Amino acid sequence: MTIAEKILARASGKPLTEPHEIVTAKIDVAMSHENADVVLRAFKEIGVEKVWDPERIVILFDHRIPAESEKTAATHQRIRAFVKEQHIKHFYDLREGICHQVLPENGHSRPGDVMVGTDSHTTTHGAFGTFASGIGATEMAGVWATGELWFMVPESMRIKVTGMFPKYVSAKDLILHIIGKLGAAGADYKAVEFFGETISNMSIASRMVLTNLSMEMGAKVAIVVPDEKTITYVVQRTNHEFTTLLPDPDAEYAQEIHIDVTDLKSMVACPHAVDNVKPVSEVAGKRINQALIGSCTNGRLEDLAVAAEILHAEKVHPEVRLLVIPASRQVYLAAIEKGYIETFIKAGALVLNPGCGPCLGAHQGLMAPGEVCISTTNRNFKGRMGSSESFVYLASPATVAQSAITGEITPAATTG
Amino acid sequence: MSIIKGKAYTFGDNINTDVIYPGKYLSITTDRMEMARHCFEAVYPEFMEQARSGDVIVAGRNFGCGSSREQAATCLKYFGISAVVAESFARIFYRNAINLGLPVIVAPGVARMVHHGDDVEVDLEGGSVRNTRTNETIEATKLPDFILKIIDDGGLISHLQRRLGIVKPEEDK
Ligand code: SF4
Repeated sequence: MTIAEKILARASGKPLTEPHEIVTAKIDVAMSHENADVVLRAFKEIGVEKVWDPERIVILFDHRIPAESEKTAATHQRIRAFVKEQHIKHFYDLREGICHQVLPENGHSRPGDVMVGTDSHTTTHGAFGTFASGIGATEMAGVWATGELWFMVPESMRIKVTGMFPKYVSAKDLILHIIGKLGAAGADYKAVEFFGETISNMSIASRMVLTNLSMEMGAKVAIVVPDEKTITYVVQRTNHEFTTLLPDPDAEYAQEIHIDVTDLKSMVACPHAVDNVKPVSEVAGKRINQALIGSCTNGRLEDLAVAAEILHAEKVHPEVRLLVIPASRQVYLAAIEKGYIETFIKAGALVLNPGCGPCLGAHQGLMAPGEVCISTTNRNFKGRMGSSESFVYLASPATVAQSAITGEITPAATTG
Repeated sequence: MSIIKGKAYTFGDNINTDVIYPGKYLSITTDRMEMARHCFEAVYPEFMEQARSGDVIVAGRNFGCGSSREQAATCLKYFGISAVVAESFARIFYRNAINLGLPVIVAPGVARMVHHGDDVEVDLEGGSVRNTRTNETIEATKLPDFILKIIDDGGLISHLQRRLGIVKPEEDK
């Protein structure tokens, strides 16, 4: 069995599962952010009084923090009241950061578990060997009530990655390259498994970039085969038990892909689709108005480190607004200690509070018609970050930092 | 419930949620019966005139792709569509449909076997689709009992109400 099949077998109490079989799985972690408000309405409609397990539900605020409107403030208020009333144990108010960073940091993302979240990028947690997938609000209400949910066992595909990245080429370039190759529906329904020497050498943060963006090619879950690095990261953060599951050597895959990153170039996803991928060199010279480093894709310490390296003793182009958003309070603090934040501020960047920022187009840096943004986020759909006549290019932190200096899309210098 | 009979209303591949339920109505109404009046309106306006309550939608690959809007399944259900049979479904539409109590059946080969207006019989429990005009039958993915139960109960919320009502003493332990 593949990892996905094994996890679903464990969670549904079966010795075996096969693709297309439908199983009912016990949920280990159920995550919601501001949309917990919609979930709690459906939950009340069901008419259950108590949630199934207040220790397995995680709720936090990250999408609109601090509240950008009265409406959001009231949403936050309703959820806080619900959290109290239901004794939800793991509640992170607006001070921690983005869900897909805060959950791992606090030991909620564990190998072998089934996690569901009312957020499509819940696939991110697969970086820890977790079966993690996004679900709708009505379904989440059902999970809150019963602690279980049905799944169709997905077919698995696996991606083997070998070779060493050239300087300033990273996990973001790799996954953009893969999405460009497979297309936005290339992994529809599927469980994607990542493995190979490049993945083994990769940091946890970089692995999360892969599993985060796999959603943009339709993956139901994206899983990095867990190793010692994974286990070390998790046990440092939680005493919670977990079962590390690995794929069987004779597991069956619907598709297998091999990518060597030795000659990989810096890549960019051009407007308005994540699979509209080109090497940065092909769009170099395009003038930008805004540059954004942050989000659940690339707002982690290593992302800020490479950006700080490039921005050190440099100045942001006078006509560019560079926004830097650490993914979490912990990342923010570490970046202060390392001096990155000072570098950003000296260069002329605006450092915002940890959270989603303008990624979803709610607040904190929206775009006017005709404007262009280069961003480390994961979606560039029409109107995603403000005006439907603005343009978002997705790239790595190195490319974004370099472009912020020159004022136009520029690959990070590889010499020097 | 387990055998559904109806006239086939056919569609091709990649019918997306914008086609099924136009985005412009998303903010206009939360009334389910009102939603049912706008199925396929933007691209296939003839649907509203020609389709009948009880019809079975037969479609190609990737039915329901695109956004996660639950309304795409809601409008079909409240229009009276009795089932959707397709070569394959987009993941979120499939889940939404079941959770709303709309039977969805994966039947590879169905697009070739069934023509517009044919009478079809869908056996949810046995896992088959029959064209009663040609008497051809193909296999379909069987829906397990508990999914049938969700559909029978009219969707996840009412299913849970029923289920939790029945098992409540046990749950309280
Ligand atoms: S950073 Fe963007 S993609 Fe990530 S959870 Fe927030 S809004 Fe979603």
